Amino acid sequence: MSQAVLEPDAASSRGMDLLRFATAGSVDDGKSTLIGRLLFDTKTIFEDQLEAVESASASRGDEYTNLALLTDGLRAEREQGITIDVAYRYFATPRRKFIIADTPGHIQYTRNMVTGASTADLALILVDARKGLVEQSRRHAFLTSLLRVPHLVLCVNKMDLVDWSQEVFDRIADEFTSFAAKLDAPDLSIIPISALNGDNIASRSENTPWYEGPSLLHHLEHVHIASDRNLVDVRFPVQYVIRPQSTTVTDYRGYAGQVASGILKPGDDVMVLPSGLTSTISSIETADGPVAEAFPPMSVTVRLADEIDISRGDMICRPHNAPTPAQDVEAMICWMDESAPLRVGGKYSIKHTTRSARAVVRGLQYRLDVNTLHRDEAAGELKLNEIGRVKLRTTVPLLADEYRRNRTTGGFILIDESTNRTVGAGMIIEAR
Amino acid sequence: MSQTKPYRVSHLDALEAESIFVMREVMAEFERPVLLFSGGKDSIVMLRLAEKAFAPARIPFPVMHIDTGHNFAEVLEYRDRRVASLGLNLVVASVQEAIDTGLVRELPDGTRNRIQTPVLLAAVEKYRFDALFGGARRDEEKARAKERMFSFRDEFGQWDPKNQRPELWALYNGRHHPGESIRVFPLSNWTELDVWHYIAKENIPLPSIYYAHDREVVERNGMFYAVNEFIRLRDGETSEVRRVRYRTVGDASQTAAVLSEADTVEKVIDEVAATRITERGATRGDDKVSEAAMEDRKREGYF
Repeated sequence: MSQAVLEPDAASSRGMDLLRFATAGSVDDGKSTLIGRLLFDTKTIFEDQLEAVESASASRGDEYTNLALLTDGLRAEREQGITIDVAYRYFATPRRKFIIADTPGHIQYTRNMVTGASTADLALILVDARKGLVEQSRRHAFLTSLLRVPHLVLCVNKMDLVDWSQEVFDRIADEFTSFAAKLDAPDLSIIPISALNGDNIASRSENTPWYEGPSLLHHLEHVHIASDRNLVDVRFPVQYVIRPQSTTVTDYRGYAGQVASGILKPGDDVMVLPSGLTSTISSIETADGPVAEAFPPMSVTVRLADEIDISRGDMICRPHNAPTPAQDVEAMICWMDESAPLRVGGKYSIKHTTRSARAVVRGLQYRLDVNTLHRDEAAGELKLNEIGRVKLRTTVPLLADEYRRNRTTGGFILIDESTNRTVGAGMIIEAR
Repeated sequence: MSQTKPYRVSHLDALEAESIFVMREVMAEFERPVLLFSGGKDSIVMLRLAEKAFAPARIPFPVMHIDTGHNFAEVLEYRDRRVASLGLNLVVASVQEAIDTGLVRELPDGTRNRIQTPVLLAAVEKYRFDALFGGARRDEEKARAKERMFSFRDEFGQWDPKNQRPELWALYNGRHHPGESIRVFPLSNWTELDVWHYIAKENIPLPSIYYAHDREVVERNGMFYAVNEFIRLRDGETSEVRRVRYRTVGDASQTAAVLSEADTVEKVIDEVAATRITERGATRGDDKVSEAAMEDRKREGYF
């Protein structure tokens, strides 16, 4: 059991910070109840929302207030009692603001979990103490590691239904820990809870004297996320070139973008890709004035000492730490399109950082069974919600890093050129 | 790697950086963006973010007001002042004009929220806007919790919740065919409280109706409506002067005020933080019609 690292209260002067987490688990595991409970215990649920849920529960004939109705927003979902799509929820404590990406648990929604996990600092997986780990729990853990979510929390729910048995909890915890070890998994915490009764959610429960860790909310508030970002490799994808056409501001040329990783400072020597030209940062500007340094997730405007030709899709790096522009890319791809599978020879639009290109599928090395992690090397295509290792060739070089090192410069999406739909999400393993 | 400095930003700075990124992305990828500006606090914050995204250049797109004709005078004044001070190009799409020309028909109850949609769509077609910035937030309402940052709309302006594009990392897919458009919601991840904190932090002026003032109101179903040219007293109703403020600014015939003594942004924040009723639940008669009211309106092309 890892313990959250306590940080000094430096944040209070800067305001709260922000933590994004994804939840995975099925309705039966009590996921909606858990989210409802977090919102309720942090006083996020308003009276009119609760009243609406109470009256809807009563009209459905539910015996208790069905907190799941708080989170199932679309009519089809309420009618079928399932969650179709990623929903985003918000709550805050004095320490942190939280964004929850609430994703459905069923296998037919793998793409939604991948979507929710793509921006998450932490993933929360829920299991039913009576059932222990099921295929779905392993799948969720695998997807969490595939998307490189830095922190993982396993909530063993419905502990009240197993008489708060430490033995049951330990068995599930041990099994999960040994499975997660194979996954190159992130920082892991395991918490015994009852979402329905609120045990170990906002405060530690007296029902688990044998559990020495924090309550879930305490863990979410204190888990150390500052070190998760890559502050080493300077990567600044140029988003937009600001050139005011005005009489008061003349000869201004600034490169606007959001810092993907690393720390930029005025005076730094930089190299611009793909041209390879070098210059020096003359200033880093924001609408509120110049700044002494820029780091993720700041959106800034970088100005350089030399006039060089730079446009959207280029990347500002450091001369001795830059990705090699590459047109041959190997990646794990999660396929997200219902209408047509990914096939060798298929051509798609690709969007990587602020750069767009076209890509052709050169090869499918294997399809991965997300439940058993078995590799099927005979697979000829990837269908909706399937994941596989793919070789692509792009029309222009990408300025990419391995996804394991950089989630911003290592991820891409594929777009169908006729329907314009987003059909695939890729995590780069290697770019040459 | 041990850092001597934390290199952290506050949650408001993180939200601001994300919204600025989204606006720049739209400007880089679309031909004719437009920002929907109602003079309400969310669109006011959006305008400030647009200023920041492109400084020192001017905001590089026009703003559009879908004018229901049911306006609070303070809000219209504010709109014109802001537009003039930022040197913006303002497009007004008038619901009254659309009624007069027969594009839409006045509803029996006189409310104009539902008939705004065809007016909006006609304006989009007329000016060939391909990206529309809206100030909607996901925390406002259940159907909006599923809304994307880039929300695809077909040539009828319709939203199909079952056919949304997955949105991963910060990679937004704005591709569309001619006639189709994308609604973009830079404030997706902001809450009502975030918006107020930002207004305080940035010292952004708001229309005066957002702060406590004395107004002649009538109480209906626990909500307080201003008595004005759009809301007349019905039989048996009496009006009274109460101290109120508005939490949202919509159609003046349907938007209610809340009792409040908060006459500064700090006091408003204290009230918002302590309130136990959502902002739409407290003030919008139009969302209460059915459990799926918002979902249905969005499908028709509403924001």
